[in-house]
Amino acid sequence: MKIPLGRIAHTRSGDKGDLSNIGVIAREDRWYPVLVREVTPERVKAHFGDLVRGRVERFELPNLCALNFLLYEALDGGGTISLRIDAQGKTYGAGLLNLEIDVTEAELAQAVEQN
Amino acid sequence: MIRIANGQGFWGDWLEAPVRLIEQGPLDYLMLDYLAEVTMSILQKQKAADPALGYARDFPPLIGRVAKQMRERGVVVLANAGGVNPLACAREVRRLAPDLKVAVVLGDDIFGHLDDLLAAGHQMRNMDTGAPLATIRERIQSANVYIGAFPIAEALATDADVVITGRSTDSALALAPMIHRFGWKETDYDLLAAGTIAGHAIECGAQCTGGNCQVDWQAIPDMANIGYPIIEAEPDGTFAITKHPGTGGRISVPVVKEQLLYEIGDPANYMMADCVADFTTVQLEDCGNDRVRFTGIRGRPRPATLKVSISYQYGWKAIGTLVYSAPDALAKARSADAIVRERLASLGLKFEQIYTEFFGVNACHGPAARTCPDPPEVQLRIGVRGPDRKAVDRFTRELVPLVLSGPPTGTGYGEGRPKPREIVAYWPALLPREAVRTRVEVVE
Repeated sequence: MKIPLGRIAHTRSGDKGDLSNIGVIAREDRWYPVLVREVTPERVKAHFGDLVRGRVERFELPNLCALNFLLYEALDGGGTISLRIDAQGKTYGAGLLNLEIDVTEAELAQAVEQN
Repeated sequence: MIRIANGQGFWGDWLEAPVRLIEQGPLDYLMLDYLAEVTMSILQKQKAADPALGYARDFPPLIGRVAKQMRERGVVVLANAGGVNPLACAREVRRLAPDLKVAVVLGDDIFGHLDDLLAAGHQMRNMDTGAPLATIRERIQSANVYIGAFPIAEALATDADVVITGRSTDSALALAPMIHRFGWKETDYDLLAAGTIAGHAIECGAQCTGGNCQVDWQAIPDMANIGYPIIEAEPDGTFAITKHPGTGGRISVPVVKEQLLYEIGDPANYMMADCVADFTTVQLEDCGNDRVRFTGIRGRPRPATLKVSISYQYGWKAIGTLVYSAPDALAKARSADAIVRERLASLGLKFEQIYTEFFGVNACHGPAARTCPDPPEVQLRIGVRGPDRKAVDRFTRELVPLVLSGPPTGTGYGEGRPKPREIVAYWPALLPREAVRTRVEVVE
C-alpha cells in the first residue's frame, strides 16, 4: 500500500554551501524502521530529479528515530552564487513529504490510528 | 544551574527577542548570533569605506536599550557582533552604555596575515572543491577563523558585562559560559560535546521553540509572541531547553528534533573548534510545560585544524521576473523563457549559468512538485550569472520588452529591469590551530 511520507514523518531542511540537508523524523518511534527501509538515498535522489545534480548520502540516528540526508550540488552553487528562489534549501524537506512509500496494512493501520 | 538564552538567530532576526528574554524571566547569559557566512565580506567593505565601521550596527543600540536591565538582573551578553572590527564595536557599546564592562576576543581576523600564512605553506584549499586559495588570492575580501569557546570563556573571566567576538562558531557563544562557570577543561570531551549540542539547539533562535516548525505547525500557540530558547545547563553536562513561561511557541521532543537535525552533516562527527560532538548519543525526554531534557551526550577530541571563512569576488548575477495569467499561464511563461534565451544567444552573450524557474509551478520542489493542470498564474523567473558585468547588465534589458513582443498577458514588470548584483562567494578552508593566536582585550 502506498502513502505519502508526510503521513508518518516530518522534516526540516537547510544548507551548507551548495549542499542541502534534510532531517526526516518519524512521527512515532515505531515507524523508524519503515523510514530506514523506504526512504533510501536512491529514492530521494530520484524524487528531486535534476534539481539535485550530485549524490545523496544518508545517515541514521536511531536514538532520535530520524534520518539525515545530504543532497550534494543541490542549490545551484548555494549561498550568494545561486540563482534559485530557494537558495538555502528551506523547502527541500517539505518537498520530500509527498514521496510515495510502501507500507504494510498493519503499519498503515497504526499510522491511521495515530492520526 | 545556569540559564543561557539566544536572542538572535541571524543579523536581521526579531529586534524585540533579546529585550523580551531579559525582561520576561530569569537569565544569566544572553547570546546573540549576527554573522552568516558572507556577512564578513559586507562588513569588510564597510570598514574599508570607514575605519570606525565593520561590525553589526544593530548591536550597540540594543545594548544601550537594555543596559539598565542587564545590570539589575545580572545578565551577561555574548555576541559575535564584532564582525571585522570588534574593537570599534566595543567602543560604540561603551559610548551608549558607559556603565558596562566590555571585553573583546581578538585573533580570528587573518585577512592581514594571508600572505604570511600562504608563504608558510598553508594552502587553505577549498573544502568543497579542493582548489588552493592562491588561485583566488587577488579577489579575497575577508578571511576569518571560526574560534571556539575557550577564548570567549577567558573574556568572561574578566567579569565583563558584554563579550564581543568577531567570527566564532555559533555554538561557542553558548558553550563559553558553561566552561567559565563549571570549570570544564579542554579534555572534557563529553561535557564540551554536550555544551556544543546545547548551543546548536538554540543558535537559530525560535527555530527551537516552534518557529519554521513543520510538525503540527497550525497548532503551535501564539507565534506572534514566540519565546526564544533558553538552556538550563548543569555542571554534569546534562541540560534542558525551555523558554520563559507565558511566551508563545512550543518546545516538545518533535520540535527539538527538527532543530537538532538542522544544517548538520554526519551526525556522529559534528566537528567544531572545541570538540567533535556525536548527535547519535543524544537522549531526549519531554518534561512537559515546554521543557525538553538532554542526557547521554558523548564527544571526542577537537580536530587539529580550525575552519576558516573566506569571502571573495566571484562574478555578477541578475534575476528578473514576469507574470503570466491563465489560460495556459505555464505555456506562456515557457514560451517567454525560450524567447529570452534565443535573444541572449543571438547577442552572443555568454554566461556561466542561465537558470529558469516557473514560480507557482516548480520553483521550490522541481520535479517533486505536485502538478496543477492549468495554474491561474505563473511567474517566470530567469537568472543569469557570469564573470562579465556587461553581459549580465545586457540581460536585465531583455525581460520587460516581452510584455509587448512576447506571449500575451505578460505583467508584473512594475519594478523595472532587475539590477546586476556582485557575487561575493564563500570559500571554506582549514588551518592548523597553532597558526591562530587569540587574545582578550578589555575596552575601557
